[in-house]
Amino acid sequence: MHLMYFTEQPMSAYPEQAGRDFGATALMFSNKHFDPVAGSRLYHEYLEHYRLAEEVGFDGIMLNEHHNAPFCMQAKCNVFASILAAMTSRVKIVLLGNPLPLADNPVRLAEELAMIDMVSRGRLVSGFVRGGGQEQLAAGVNPAYNRERFEEAHALITKAWTTPGPFRWEGTHYQHRVVNPWAVPLQKPHPRVWIPGVLSKETIIWAARQRYPYIALSTEIEATKRIWQLYDKTAAEVGYEGGPEYRGYLQRLHVAETEEKALANARQFMWMQGEFTGLAHPVWSSPSGYFSPSNRTAFVEFAVGRRSNPRAAALEDQLRDQQIIAGTPKTVIPKLRRLLEETRPSILGFWAADGFVSNADTKTCIRLLGTEVLPALREMGKELGLWSPFEANAPVGINFPEPARPAGAAV
Amino acid sequence: MSASPIAWQSGTVAVAGTTVNVARGGSGAPVLVLHHDIGSPAALPFYDALARQFTVIRPSHPGYDGSARPDWMRGVRDIAVVYQGLLAEDSATRGRSDVSVVGLGFGGWIAAEMATMTPRAFRRLVLVGAMGIKPERGEIADQALVSYLEYVQAGFADTAAFERVYGAQPPTSMLEQWDLNREMTFRIAWKPYMYNPTLPHLLGAVAAPALVVWGRQDRIVPLECGERYAKLLPRARLELVDGAGHLVDMENPDVLAPLVTRFLSEA
Repeated sequence: MHLMYFTEQPMSAYPEQAGRDFGATALMFSNKHFDPVAGSRLYHEYLEHYRLAEEVGFDGIMLNEHHNAPFCMQAKCNVFASILAAMTSRVKIVLLGNPLPLADNPVRLAEELAMIDMVSRGRLVSGFVRGGGQEQLAAGVNPAYNRERFEEAHALITKAWTTPGPFRWEGTHYQHRVVNPWAVPLQKPHPRVWIPGVLSKETIIWAARQRYPYIALSTEIEATKRIWQLYDKTAAEVGYEGGPEYRGYLQRLHVAETEEKALANARQFMWMQGEFTGLAHPVWSSPSGYFSPSNRTAFVEFAVGRRSNPRAAALEDQLRDQQIIAGTPKTVIPKLRRLLEETRPSILGFWAADGFVSNADTKTCIRLLGTEVLPALREMGKELGLWSPFEANAPVGINFPEPARPAGAAV
Repeated sequence: MSASPIAWQSGTVAVAGTTVNVARGGSGAPVLVLHHDIGSPAALPFYDALARQFTVIRPSHPGYDGSARPDWMRGVRDIAVVYQGLLAEDSATRGRSDVSVVGLGFGGWIAAEMATMTPRAFRRLVLVGAMGIKPERGEIADQALVSYLEYVQAGFADTAAFERVYGAQPPTSMLEQWDLNREMTFRIAWKPYMYNPTLPHLLGAVAAPALVVWGRQDRIVPLECGERYAKLLPRARLELVDGAGHLVDMENPDVLAPLVTRFLSEA
């Protein structure tokens, strides 16, 4: 198994009433409400949590990226990846992920990621995402070309990593006269790429066709099984067998010394009201051209208030469905076992806390996870045959059928 | 206004490797009418009024209102070129020197681009609330941040006018079409948003007399853009319509139609 620690890095120190009064807490909610003194303090708390996560035995630290919103202070995942590359020594640094369409220069991303890979001594997992609708608006990039930009940037970055330069790239959305970065990844053929997502069929199919593990983000168990059915079917079409080493899952999981404490802290997963990405006008999170055409009818009705958000669910429902698990180690372990048995992922990310969960409670959660939950999961993983891509020495992608290896001896 | 119905005909025209839906009605000198970025209802009193004195040719822009979407299109000038091709081939307009263009909002931007390409070709030009020029003091309203309903409603000075045209509860199919139209707008006019920085430099050669009309309550494109169009086009004048927002043709056809038909008929 590969067990990761995750936090959205919530900017919890903003005036909640101001957000309610404004009616939105994403994209347009003024950053005059962002207090950098609190921001600085919070960043240091999150760094402390990452250090602790490595100390107690997590295999990886998962990072993400969002813009213009209190629910996530990671405006650039490569920044924290760089910090962790120097600050940690054992954990994988798992970016889930760089929003490729936001980049007007994918070659620069290829350079940064190569630097991170070298400084971390080959611990980078370089996930890529399309980026949420709001991210496109925040970055000024065209949502109508989101998928095209994603696919072209991915092609350009992986080429920059694997084809010696200089070469020229005259693409549809990107044109570069000289691609020749003097920063080349340590891991060969290139750092692993994992693709996070929710329910978008196109993304699942794309990941499977690339032979990249897909990380399902807190989807409900039955929906998750359908994701793996689609992934495995696509894998078979492309010529390989799907299974645990291609499956990841992000689980909201808070562990405390008492059930009451755990449940009280679990409420904080609902901190950003509405969708987990905060209150926002629907057309901000799904600008025209961004979402799958198959969702258009439902979406346009939702956008003018004629239909409720199909994705939000109450806390009680999420606890019942195990999209949120909260309790003592004793009560959460059987629930995690159910997740493993029913959906068979080898990669698990634990989103341990959100909102106003205290620094002390977050650290307690991390310690309890490390000392009691992770060891139990590893035993279960062995028993159920859930070998991670690292343990299985899985190929890095469809174009590189051999197992991955570092460029030289690890120092 | 007279109640005599116009017999409109719909068809498709093949041009530049794509097909464009075109509605035609009326008789007389040909007038190309170019619709707003939100698309257009199939019928409007304004179109009927024009058709009583002119042959109205009203295409649905490529990618809008059911016209095929050409994936290769990247800018508003591409639509202008497609329409130049349409006019050059169409039996109603081919080889004629009395073709006029009426551009509504986004359609006005297209019309202005067309005029810069063939500066002596058109008899007269009408721009109503036209996008295309960057305002110096204000901003063109950004549709990306508001819902389809809010954007269309913002085009009217009076909610009652919106309801007259679209009903109080536009059906889902209308919302879907607005989304599709908005998607095409993003594909070709994402940034710079709703203007072409080179256009002001090209308008000075346009020979046709031009009428620039602006709704006094236009909340989408600032009046200063109309003022600039009227200054940059060498033979232009500006008219304001009270009680009208951006969608002057839909909100106040009783004032706009006579203004436009009189202008188009002038010797």
